Amino acid sequence: MSKIQMYKGFERFWHWSQAILILTLLFSGFNIHGTHQFFNFEQAVDIHIISAWCLMGLWIFAIFWHLTTGEWKQYIPSSANKLIAMIKYYAFDIFMGGGHPHHKTRKQKLNPMQRLAYLFLHIAITPVIWVSGLLYLFYPYWNDIGIGTWSLEFIALLHTAAAFALMAFLIVHLYLALTTSKEPFGYLKAMITGYENE
Amino acid sequence: MSVYKLKNRTIISYVLCVFLFFICSNTYSKVEEVKKISSTADHTKFEILQDKFATGPDVTKACLSCHTEASSQLHKTKHWNWTFTNPDTGQKLGKKSIINNYCLSINKNYARCTSCHIGYGWKDKNFDFTSQENVDCLVCHDTTDTYKKFPTAAGHPNYKDKAFPKGSKKIWKAPDLSFIAQNVGKSRRENCGACHFYGGGGDGVKHGDLDSSMTNPDKKLDVHMGVDGLNFTCSECHTTDGHDVKGSRFNITAKDTHGIDVPGRDDYSRATCESCHGMTPHPDTINNKINDHTDKVACVTCHIPTYARGGVDTKLWWDWSTAGKKDANGKLIKTKNAQGQLTYHSKKGNFEWGQNLVPEYDWLSGNIKYKQLDEKIDPSKVVALNTFSGSYNDPDARIWPFKIMRGKQPYDKGNNTLALLHLFGKDKKAYWKSYNWNSAIKSAMEDAEANYSGEYGFIETTLHWPLAHMVAPKEQSLSCDACHSKEGRLANLTDFYLPGRGDNKLLDIIGWLIVLGTLGGVSLHGLMRYFFARKRGNK
Repeated sequence: MSKIQMYKGFERFWHWSQAILILTLLFSGFNIHGTHQFFNFEQAVDIHIISAWCLMGLWIFAIFWHLTTGEWKQYIPSSANKLIAMIKYYAFDIFMGGGHPHHKTRKQKLNPMQRLAYLFLHIAITPVIWVSGLLYLFYPYWNDIGIGTWSLEFIALLHTAAAFALMAFLIVHLYLALTTSKEPFGYLKAMITGYENE
Repeated sequence: MSVYKLKNRTIISYVLCVFLFFICSNTYSKVEEVKKISSTADHTKFEILQDKFATGPDVTKACLSCHTEASSQLHKTKHWNWTFTNPDTGQKLGKKSIINNYCLSINKNYARCTSCHIGYGWKDKNFDFTSQENVDCLVCHDTTDTYKKFPTAAGHPNYKDKAFPKGSKKIWKAPDLSFIAQNVGKSRRENCGACHFYGGGGDGVKHGDLDSSMTNPDKKLDVHMGVDGLNFTCSECHTTDGHDVKGSRFNITAKDTHGIDVPGRDDYSRATCESCHGMTPHPDTINNKINDHTDKVACVTCHIPTYARGGVDTKLWWDWSTAGKKDANGKLIKTKNAQGQLTYHSKKGNFEWGQNLVPEYDWLSGNIKYKQLDEKIDPSKVVALNTFSGSYNDPDARIWPFKIMRGKQPYDKGNNTLALLHLFGKDKKAYWKSYNWNSAIKSAMEDAEANYSGEYGFIETTLHWPLAHMVAPKEQSLSCDACHSKEGRLANLTDFYLPGRGDNKLLDIIGWLIVLGTLGGVSLHGLMRYFFARKRGNK
């Protein structure tokens, strides 16, 4: 076993700035939704819009990075057998002290379940958030693009529904990332320093 | 040497500053002067105005000798006819025919009501609307503040010193008509206010956004008319052409998509906010949401945070049904509240007042209708004396602020129609003489040529007054939370999704169940891992 650089500088920058932005968006978003009133409505909207534009900018860099480095291939789903092994691990073996079926390397950072989960996040939850969010933001121009009859309530609630889904995703992500590494907080340390035992 | 130079410079710049200050202040006072004498005519020099005038119409004849078309122009206006045909609905509106919940209508009360008519002598329904000399020029063009129409003289001022109310010690001095005629000028806030601030029989009674505090308001009360700011007159926005004044609550422009009016290209009507400010009045920022509101929210909705802000109470409730009570000695009862406002008067019933009030809000697109005398009403419900179109789905509608005047008034119980009241006058049929509802209603209904069954009752009514004045400085405009919150100002408007109001309970329940379920799931998973790990450790 040797320490290798698992996460490059950009990846860590991407992860942590995205983490801050998503938490800010969730918090200010539910402020706008009316769940809490920590900020006043105008402040919450300002924060939400500015964070959203920042996150969109970050995503443009991240997508570019994934495409140019070929890192996007990490999200291609693995074989069903490997996936079943992962499910079996989380459902049974993890309690019995069984070994992790996936060996994490620089080339294969994501285990088969992570691959699927992130793929789902990238092609299902986030597009719904971005599309509904941008429609919500540019609501006064709906007439100009021929969707003047759409319901704002539907778009707003779709955006909120996606936010709930993202929050559930985040909870599972935090649980697995913080508690399942071999050494305590190993994954957290790796995401901060970049280095991890391969 | 250098120190000397520096000192020298300081002195020179100081002298320059003082000099500049004097130049500036001098220019400023010159501007003021120019403003005062901007007219090319000095009316004190006109021979015809040196006469001693016996009556108002005599003054008008003198005015017409130069301003030959003035009366003909005024004859076409609402100010003269008190009639307005709504082009949208075809309904005949105007003070001559609409029914309100103050003194109900002008029928048989002419001489009192027409103290706010721009004419002389409208004392009954036979008034000659073609008379040139009966147009009152002075009420709108007096600059001396000494011209007043006497409250009960059908639009005439008093020509001899006289007490009002009758028998009281309040003496109304007879105005010096030739002095006033020699000092005519453009209409000022005082002129318009003489009637529009006192509608309904007293200061601030009717509108709520127009009262005597608007004669010389500060910027805080009205950002446009504030004497410490722009110092607008009414006609700065209510532009006129041939004596026809723009802007009307009978046919309100709820949304002026035409935007900023440019001289030479447009109609010179500035009676909407948009005619100067356009539809995107706020500076562009990354959060451009405020400009995004102008399609659905009227400017005044946010920019009039409260109305009746100038320290003058406005009337909110008038209950005619309690009128007519007398004390043990058979004398009229008058009750006042701590602020000195009348809360009961035997002649009029019960009143409620208020100031610094939060408006009520509704969708408004136009199609403003007033209940007509021959229209059936449902006396089991509150009767809306005026109604209008508007909803979230109506592209022409915006949310507007209103003062809603509420009250109880007599109606024709046999016909289920509204009724009128003959209140004022010397004859026995007047309610204020005989306190007999039946004869007072009958007399006023006859005057309006309406059918009265002879049976009356009382109904509760509402009258909506759109608010457009007392626009506050931007710092005092409403914050987003005023509406975007759970118990916000728009709580009554439920036909649309309003962010921040927590409108969809079902989604919240499902969403939080998923989130909490996930949290519970991972907690359980973690606990089981801990439990099994300990078990393994024990072995």
